[in-house]
Amino acid sequence: MLRFVVRRLALMVPLLVGLSLLLFIWVRALPGDPARALLGQRATERSIAQVTESYGFDRPLIEQYGIYLRSLLTGDFLDSIRTGQPVLDSFVSRFPATVELAIAALLFAVVLGIPLGYVAARNQGRWLDTTVVSGSLLGVATPVFFLAILLKVVFADTLGWLPTSLRQDPRIDATDVTGFAVLDGLLTREFDAAWDALAHLVLPGIALGTIPLAIIVRITRASVAEVMNEDYVRTAESKGLASRVVSRRHVLRNAMLPVATTIGLQAGLLFSGAVLTETVFAFNGVGSYLFTAIGQRDYPVLQGYIIFIAIIYSLINLLVDVLYGVIDPRVRVS
Amino acid sequence: MPHSSPRRTRRRSVAGVGLAAAALVLAGCAQSDRDGGGGGGAEGSDTFVFAGSAEPVTLDPFFASDGESFRISRQIFEGLVGTEPGTADPAPLLAEKWTTSEDGLTYTFDLRDGVKFSDGTDFDSTAVCANFDRWYNMPASAQTADLTYYYGTLFRGFKTGETAGDAIYDSCSADDPATAVITLKSPFAGFISAMSLPAFAMQSPSALDEFQDDAAENPRNTDYSTAHPTGTGPFVLDAWNRGENVTLARNDDYWGEKAKVARAIVVDIAEPRERADALVNGQIDGFDLVGPADVDRLGEEGMQVENRDPFNVLYLGFNQAQKPLDDIRVRQAIAHALNIPEIISNSLPEGSQPAKEFIPDSVNGYTDDVTTYDYDPDQARQLLQEAGAEGATIEFNYPTDVSRPYMPSPGDTFNIIRTQLEAVGLKITPVADQWDPDYLEKIQGSADHGIHLLGWTGDYNDTDNFLGVFFGTRQDEWGFNNQQLFSDLRAAREVPTLDEQTPLYEDINREVMDFLPGVPLAHPVPSLAFGPDVEGYSPSPVQDEVWNEVTVG
Repeated sequence: MLRFVVRRLALMVPLLVGLSLLLFIWVRALPGDPARALLGQRATERSIAQVTESYGFDRPLIEQYGIYLRSLLTGDFLDSIRTGQPVLDSFVSRFPATVELAIAALLFAVVLGIPLGYVAARNQGRWLDTTVVSGSLLGVATPVFFLAILLKVVFADTLGWLPTSLRQDPRIDATDVTGFAVLDGLLTREFDAAWDALAHLVLPGIALGTIPLAIIVRITRASVAEVMNEDYVRTAESKGLASRVVSRRHVLRNAMLPVATTIGLQAGLLFSGAVLTETVFAFNGVGSYLFTAIGQRDYPVLQGYIIFIAIIYSLINLLVDVLYGVIDPRVRVS
Repeated sequence: MPHSSPRRTRRRSVAGVGLAAAALVLAGCAQSDRDGGGGGGAEGSDTFVFAGSAEPVTLDPFFASDGESFRISRQIFEGLVGTEPGTADPAPLLAEKWTTSEDGLTYTFDLRDGVKFSDGTDFDSTAVCANFDRWYNMPASAQTADLTYYYGTLFRGFKTGETAGDAIYDSCSADDPATAVITLKSPFAGFISAMSLPAFAMQSPSALDEFQDDAAENPRNTDYSTAHPTGTGPFVLDAWNRGENVTLARNDDYWGEKAKVARAIVVDIAEPRERADALVNGQIDGFDLVGPADVDRLGEEGMQVENRDPFNVLYLGFNQAQKPLDDIRVRQAIAHALNIPEIISNSLPEGSQPAKEFIPDSVNGYTDDVTTYDYDPDQARQLLQEAGAEGATIEFNYPTDVSRPYMPSPGDTFNIIRTQLEAVGLKITPVADQWDPDYLEKIQGSADHGIHLLGWTGDYNDTDNFLGVFFGTRQDEWGFNNQQLFSDLRAAREVPTLDEQTPLYEDINREVMDFLPGVPLAHPVPSLAFGPDVEGYSPSPVQDEVWNEVTVG
């Protein structure tokens, strides 16, 4: 097991070096000059040349890539062009917001998706099944930003039930312990702050969680339907076991294997969805900052953030693989 | 593919659901046991929440040139010179009055008595000189346009570095604590107006000594710039929660009228539509840069929309490097083809004023006596015929995905102008680009454009801040090389007093409108929006808006 983990970690190094090169090429291929983006309408030829030189954008590309790679390997990350803030600092301060949003979206998707998929499978061909399957098709096909705006219009603008923007009401004097607003509220017994942060997660969580929800519904339905036709389920039923027991012990448990895999994959994809969701809900996380950085051609932020996300994604995958081995002895991780 | 155990998966799911449910129950049932905690605007009357469009870059205004940094620094800092409320004209602030020597080289400021910085340091002439000397002695690493744009541009250079020979600052003397004397090496008629810029606000020398390092790799990101900005203003920094908000607390020792709210919180919401949503839903009390599309909705929801007096200009620029725009008759024809009242009524906010020249009428050198080009399609056709440009094809550039205070909906403005130009027989090739950085790069950094929409908002009340920016040197945007105009502008800039400048700038305005490098279209009004309970906010054409008189509820 240890060898497996070490080997996987070692494999991450060439992976990240390769990714850093691709990322460097992609970022530099973006049209637009970062110095002009930084200076805006005040740019003059002289000031553009000055800024270009001070950030080293006039150096040969290979040298710039070398500087970038060195910063990655030494952990001495570069600073944002726009704000001068170290890229790692800005990532660390915004990351909890995105994680919180991803957890909310995943909870929404899992808590609703598995029962809906199960119910649909148990009622195949009936109206309930048709409704769930059609709904999941609609969920997969609806763009995140469209759903986000729709949710805002209905639940915030029209009904006024839920907040539309930010992570928390700024008037609440919440104590920051971990950066996770809900958790901090619970830890410090500032329950109004926790409640408010939860309320702010509802709409963005639903918007971001709808596509994973639809996918989980479909996978659960298919998986449950398949397991229900297995011999051991028929055997259990013919033994006279109660239907509830058969469902819980034999059907659901075995049907959850592919569902768990899907959930793991969706967790990673939530980061990309967060870019749009955070922007629409003015939810200041990693995604909205990345969105701004693209417009600003803020190379260090783009290169840094995407590498950080890749590292986190790789680590989550590694963790999931290790857990598979621990959980299911039939899986040999090595 | 590896598989996970169903048992483990279910336990995790159940645990997650359990945790969420527990949190909800706890949150729903419990009461906060903190002091000062408040939810959902319960303490609204004591807190003013305002949304800008981006996070500030730094809290040290000397290193800033963005509006969001200045918005916050205006609450914390004050300059020697302020502005008359509701205008761009200079007015006493930390200096009660000033005198200028005849040669325009010496400025004597009589300082307000009894003012202290929020850290207890006295505000006196020694503090003033410490600030001027700090700016002049900036290390080479900080002498770049992204860090010290305003000082580098207006004072022309620093003590060291390649611009040292151009620097106009000479010295500051503090012989009397109540009087600071600034000496310049060459005249700068806009000096007093420039002193109203937040970049030149007075900062506590002792706080700078303790927390700031101008030679740091990132002087915008030091202890001082992020946690200890210290001025004389009505608010002090409570906390800058990066990625969340900037919280300001009332400065109870403020020398002037103390703030009516105990806290002011500035959040950043990038999109105008999202800012409007947040206001309507009560999450914020006010915001800047109202999108034109949101004005009606905000009114219907009972929100207040307030306009700033325009201190800007929207124009249709001509690139004379592209034919047939080098022909004055074609430029005149386009000017006559434009129905400006129609452009304003169809694409600009209510209250926008038609522009006669490239500066607003409140700026020195404005004159009614310039050549005007009335809407006259017949004359436009005749001029095109004379120039041999009937049916000529012209590239028309306009930006997308942007709403600027002087250009709230460029797509709409483009469509109306296009229709008017096609009505006189011109063929228009539309070219749309994303504003930042593609559009600006194409218009200002290349010759690859034709007629185009652009504009400018003045930083402070100085003619050179408009005309000098547009026509002071040869620029790709305009594509002309009018040495006469360049030298006239240079001469006007170097005249020592405003009185002497006035006739020179009036002449330049006449010269510009004869030469017609573009058509000034309008001075659009930028808007702010507030909740129904907000009072006491005074919009300023140069955004010199201090929140000490603001009340909520």
